[in-house]
Amino acid sequence: MTLVAEEVRIEVPVSGAPKRGVLSRLASRLGNGFVQLVLALVALFWLVPVFGLLIASLRDESANTSSGWWTIFTKPSELTLDNYADLVANQAVWQSFLNTFYIAVPATVLVVVMAALASYALAWIDFPGRDALTVVVVGLLVMPVQVALIPVAKLFGALGLFGTITGVVLFHVAFGLPFAIFLLRNFFTGIPRDLIEAARMDGATEWVIFKRVVLPVAKPAIASLTIFQFLWVWNDLLVALVFADQDSAPITVALRAQLRQFGTNIDMLATGAFLSMIVPLAVFLVFQKYFVQGVLAGSTK
Amino acid sequence: MMPRKIRLSTNVDAAPGRSPRQAIPFLLPALIVLAALVLYPLVFSLIRSFFDASGDEFVGLRNYVDTFTDPRTLIAFRNNVIWVVVAPAAVTGIGLVLAVLTERIRWATAFRLVLFMPMAISLFASGIIFRLVYEEAPNQGVVNAVLVGVHDVFSPSSQFPGARPRTGYTATDAGFAGTAPVQAGDTVMVPLIGFNPQQVPAQALPASAPTAGAGELRGVVWLDVSVNGNSGKIDPIERGLPGVAVEAVRDGQVVARTTTGDDGRFTFPDLARGEVVVRLPSSNFSLPFRGLTWLGSSLITPVIISSWIWIMTGFAITFIAAGLSAIPRDALEAARVDGATEWQVFRRVTIPLLSPVLLVVFVTLVINVLKIFELVFVIAPGSVQEQANVLALQMWQVSFGAGGDQGAGSALAVILFVLVAPAMLFNIRRFRRERS
Repeated sequence: MTLVAEEVRIEVPVSGAPKRGVLSRLASRLGNGFVQLVLALVALFWLVPVFGLLIASLRDESANTSSGWWTIFTKPSELTLDNYADLVANQAVWQSFLNTFYIAVPATVLVVVMAALASYALAWIDFPGRDALTVVVVGLLVMPVQVALIPVAKLFGALGLFGTITGVVLFHVAFGLPFAIFLLRNFFTGIPRDLIEAARMDGATEWVIFKRVVLPVAKPAIASLTIFQFLWVWNDLLVALVFADQDSAPITVALRAQLRQFGTNIDMLATGAFLSMIVPLAVFLVFQKYFVQGVLAGSTK
Repeated sequence: MMPRKIRLSTNVDAAPGRSPRQAIPFLLPALIVLAALVLYPLVFSLIRSFFDASGDEFVGLRNYVDTFTDPRTLIAFRNNVIWVVVAPAAVTGIGLVLAVLTERIRWATAFRLVLFMPMAISLFASGIIFRLVYEEAPNQGVVNAVLVGVHDVFSPSSQFPGARPRTGYTATDAGFAGTAPVQAGDTVMVPLIGFNPQQVPAQALPASAPTAGAGELRGVVWLDVSVNGNSGKIDPIERGLPGVAVEAVRDGQVVARTTTGDDGRFTFPDLARGEVVVRLPSSNFSLPFRGLTWLGSSLITPVIISSWIWIMTGFAITFIAAGLSAIPRDALEAARVDGATEWQVFRRVTIPLLSPVLLVVFVTLVINVLKIFELVFVIAPGSVQEQANVLALQMWQVSFGAGGDQGAGSALAVILFVLVAPAMLFNIRRFRRERS
């Protein structure tokens, strides 16, 4: 929303211990224990569903249809990697897993490059209509993709892009741009004017200023944007559902056909879902700080 | 209000680039894509919504009229209203409480990390996670497994589910009541059927008819498998059913209770004179509790909302926590020194200072809720999808799913656009205010 302009502090502020009576200190000690307990339970509530999916993905079909994943604590021998082996051996699913990369990587790179360029102009080049254009971009932040599905499907049909990875990528780029421009423009405008002016005095072209001055400073914002955009595209279902065909489908679309027989397909669905989660979870854990900032900034999407 | 790492420079508008023309190469790629794939489609959808399914015939507002009279779409509208009213407020409230509580623990970072994690994975995967959580069979879905476990602790499942007397008894709410009144000195025969003989408890002994003495009522409850068509009579291989509760009822009042022994016999000693009805309480035969039908048509929307709460709470906590850490400690301490309780500090100081942040979180969540698609698509089984429907899903179904009517689909897209338009204005106004 207001973007990286707002720093997200994850650390807990250390509150000074005020002087209080023994009784109230005891009460607060007890209260604190209670708070710890409640929060631990809440955290457990958040973890158990994911843990259940993980275990389900590690048990075979007959185990999953006959008993719940929690029985694994009494029968740990049921754990197996067979589902993953089967899934990877399944040509269609493996292809869809690769497709997800083929879609997410270019859609991320293009958005970052295009948005960085446009944001530089919006932040540091004076041209007529600049404010109006910025406001349009802000307005587009919350645009639902639904308004474009039908017209773009027609357009892609005419251009031969319907059902191709290129088509899916282009659509993601278009709907990723407003937020990307918004985020980077806000960051760029925060760069000290002196830096830009000094470069201009030295006769640097706009291109050189962009490359040598702005981009190096903007690395944290670009990192947030890259991670956010990558996960956004990686996790998409709707856009690919409309624009991809069987050969260009990402993993979410490939798996949805299995949903009809959920009870008997738990092994495959859990495995597929977990396979699709591995990349986002890894990105999340490694680039946690950037991702949190990106999400807080891009929550309007 | 919030800590600012990078400030919007105050006089951006005066920043002189040397020539407007130099902006063109920087802007062009993004502008072409935005114009071709966002702005043009928006206009196209608006126009398209006034044409019929084939796109050839102008129908005016008919698509909109149809949309607002189509029962399926009306269900989607209703559900969207439920979503907007319940979900964002719930997440904002939960997020606020948890954000305040995390200020008091040392592992706040780890806690927020755990709760934020669902934001990283796809709604599709989250949907599958919750489909599994709420799966109806208690041996697959963990919620029903817990419910059944808890239920069986407080009200153990019956011993002979589904069993019923062969003849001579009528089913009432309280149980099977004998049609013929009996009295002390009589012997009551209760042949049961409808139960698998292999599931009879191991301690059961062969049944035999007892003989009642004076002043007492005796009887036997046995599983009347009637191998030789000998129904209603005790065969040598037939066993009594142990542990069956039996009641003697007079004028609607239970006057005596007992349970059968291993041979299926029961006795009411010292029964006062007069007729009674023998009744087998229904608790003997009630079917085992199997949990709730979470994914059925009545509970499906609350279930999907709960999964959305699971996904979005981490976002709310983190956003609100950032706002909390920006509240000046002095303000809180001053209130405490003045003798305010923690609750008063929270209610009178924290919340008013946080309200701009809470508003932003709330609006963000409302926008998110209006676009809900994947969760409904994945969690609601095909048969109840109509009951769980929301506008974004309905738009897809009408345009690309079974419907294939792109005129009506365009109308739905325009309606969605109109619904998020206030949020658009909210964002623009906020942006303008922050710049000035």
